[in-house]
Amino acid sequence: MRKRLALLALAGILLAGSPALAVEPDEVLADPALEARARDLSAELRCMVCQNQSIDDSSAPLAKDLRILLRERISAGDTDEQVMTFLVARYGDFILLRPRFAPYTLVLWLTPVLMLALGAYAAFAVLRRRPRAEAALTEAERQRLDRLLKEDTQ
Amino acid sequence: MFAELGHYALVLAFVLAAVQAGVGYWGATRGDGRLMSIAPSAALMQLLFIGFAFAVLVRAYVTSDFSLLNVVENSHSAKPLVFKIAGTWGNHEGSMLLWVLILALFGASVAAFGANLPQKLKTLVLSVQGLIAAAFLLFVILTSNPFTRILPAPFEGNDLNPLLQDIGLAIHPPLLYLGYVGCSIAFAFAVAALIDGRIDAAWARWVRPWTLAAWLFLTAGIAMGSYWAYYELGWGGWWFWDPVENASFMPWLAATALLHSALVMEKRDALKIWTILLAILTFSLSLLGTFLVRSGVLTSVHAFASDPTRGVFILALLVFFIGGSLALFALRAPALAPGGIFAPISREGALVLNNMLLTAACATVLVGTLYPLALEALTGRLISVGPPFFNLTFGPLMIPLLLLVPFGPLLAWKRGDVYAAGQRLVFAFGAAILAALAAAALTGARGVLAILGIGLAAWLVAGALTEPAFRAKLFQAPLGDSLRRAYGFPRSVWGTMFAHLGLGVALFGIVASTAWQTETVAAMRPGGESIQVAGRTVVLDSILPRNGPNYSETVARFAVTDAGGRQIFLEPAKRVYAVRGTPTTESDIATIGFSQLYFSVGDILMDGTTTVRIYWKPLVTLIWIGPLFMILGGLLSLSDRRLRVGAPRRTRAAVVPAE
Repeated sequence: MRKRLALLALAGILLAGSPALAVEPDEVLADPALEARARDLSAELRCMVCQNQSIDDSSAPLAKDLRILLRERISAGDTDEQVMTFLVARYGDFILLRPRFAPYTLVLWLTPVLMLALGAYAAFAVLRRRPRAEAALTEAERQRLDRLLKEDTQ
Repeated sequence: MFAELGHYALVLAFVLAAVQAGVGYWGATRGDGRLMSIAPSAALMQLLFIGFAFAVLVRAYVTSDFSLLNVVENSHSAKPLVFKIAGTWGNHEGSMLLWVLILALFGASVAAFGANLPQKLKTLVLSVQGLIAAAFLLFVILTSNPFTRILPAPFEGNDLNPLLQDIGLAIHPPLLYLGYVGCSIAFAFAVAALIDGRIDAAWARWVRPWTLAAWLFLTAGIAMGSYWAYYELGWGGWWFWDPVENASFMPWLAATALLHSALVMEKRDALKIWTILLAILTFSLSLLGTFLVRSGVLTSVHAFASDPTRGVFILALLVFFIGGSLALFALRAPALAPGGIFAPISREGALVLNNMLLTAACATVLVGTLYPLALEALTGRLISVGPPFFNLTFGPLMIPLLLLVPFGPLLAWKRGDVYAAGQRLVFAFGAAILAALAAAALTGARGVLAILGIGLAAWLVAGALTEPAFRAKLFQAPLGDSLRRAYGFPRSVWGTMFAHLGLGVALFGIVASTAWQTETVAAMRPGGESIQVAGRTVVLDSILPRNGPNYSETVARFAVTDAGGRQIFLEPAKRVYAVRGTPTTESDIATIGFSQLYFSVGDILMDGTTTVRIYWKPLVTLIWIGPLFMILGGLLSLSDRRLRVGAPRRTRAAVVPAE
């Protein structure tokens, strides 16, 4: 936590003499539909000089530049996909807060599915064991438990 | 002089911890009672010495002893007293000292309250605790000594990071550390059981209160950190999937799974091996969290590589404890007797499902957090894994879990009847439909997902109430009878109810504040035109300068008038701390019912023109009220006679047959 805060503060000093707000009034597009698209897209884009902030949240000058650039592309008639492709071509994969599904992100994206499959398999293996023994505690175990509880209370 | 004594006390504590680990293990494996009896005394003495060292550091901060480098770097004589004290752990060295202090506190608690444990198990637990303490004390002494002197001593310090000068952050780290480090007890019990080679339901009964306590602190710490980020960082978010947050969230997920699996083990003697593994993993994730936050690896792999002393040391500790315990597990676990058998549809089955989903969610967060680091280290390729990824993967894993939560407590152990449980949940289902319809009507049917989310939240709340209601035969028996029955419930029934209910309450807040928040960004001038936010009229009243003890700020005073003519004032500010010159944004929040108005200001120009961002966040406070319910539930469970630590006689008298 401390580290991140120190960095946030540092970023604050270095990048913004006085931290402004994220999306500022002068950036907002006149067309609400386009503006809504711009907001959705900017939540997916990383402010690359910040610590884990999207350009939608960040007050850094770079984030502002990117927000304006993004809105210019949208106003020029680009689709969401085209805007993203343009930005990735320019800044690399690092700008995407949601990494693309690609060979190098295979493990990342498949983890939830694989873990669920593994869990289901393990659960199945446990459940498949036939109920042979009836009681959970054998009589000997139960006695031992009682004895333990007794002796430790002395 | 005091600082040197503090330093010396740390060294003594290290020796004591080493003795506790070594002699304890030796005594336990030889079965020598006299050797074993050394361990508890060593644990208590260790707490005394670390406590002394910590008190010395606090004293240095309170008296602004600038002959200590650590105090110079993180304090200032003009700082308010509470932040002088909190500054003790607002830095790397001090927070590591707090970490070992809390570790010693837990070790000493086992020594003091573990009278009902078999001596061998207790000694082994203390021995493992001692080993962890020795390792981390060595880390503090060798790489992070808070008692380093500086010569000549400067007249004034550099002050604490302004973002940390906040009451929320003063309490957040101790709570979180109590949670992180509390997980070490379950870990120590697991390793002790593996060394001992025997484990039974009694083991789970001893472990559960400690895990529950750790879970409570983690819950409180995470919730508090989230609220702090919400009001202090100034952009109104409450969870960012930041690696540092994930570092605390992973142990929480694992500890939640552990609480549930230990329940199966205690009641039914099943899932033993899995519970042991989970106990190991939970603390491993806590250690991983400490590594991530403390090593600098999160900033960048390069920052880690350029100053690796501390990072490599913690990494070595990490490898030793996680690798060692997992190796021991691989070696010993197969020898443990497998536990009881149960049908797929049963309380156990439901808890297995709970564990499956929580573990998958935890693994997703783990991989998402570490993937960019690993990818960069291995291939040099830079990618980001941010909130959109986690929302897309973690979310879908949580939905089935939340849907199934109300079923769990209604299923019988061993073999349950899902139809009977379903029949009992008809009321909860009706409540969910009603809530969804109400939400649709109130919001003009905006956002189908959000409306379903509200339904799910109501399902959780009503579902949580269902089990106690049926158990008390509410509306079936006369009210007096029901109340009498309810009075006789074991506390853990209430505990379960409140914990599950809290989940639903938090979900209400999450869904409503995410889906129906409004955001208004405007440039306003004092006395200028008004704007409308959430049915209220907002005007910028005035801009005024103000001075605090160690900062000066420019306050923008807003007047907010609601439809009924009632007026409130909000005063967000731009603040500059004199020493560091860091500008910060101080938001101001008005709580209206469960909802909040959130004001944050940007640039304030010379002529008074102020950029302001105003959020209306419906039901947002429920996000943190939910965890309060969970904490209440945890406390009730913890106070259950059957689980109480250190009340063995009564425990036995009050044991009721497992339901």
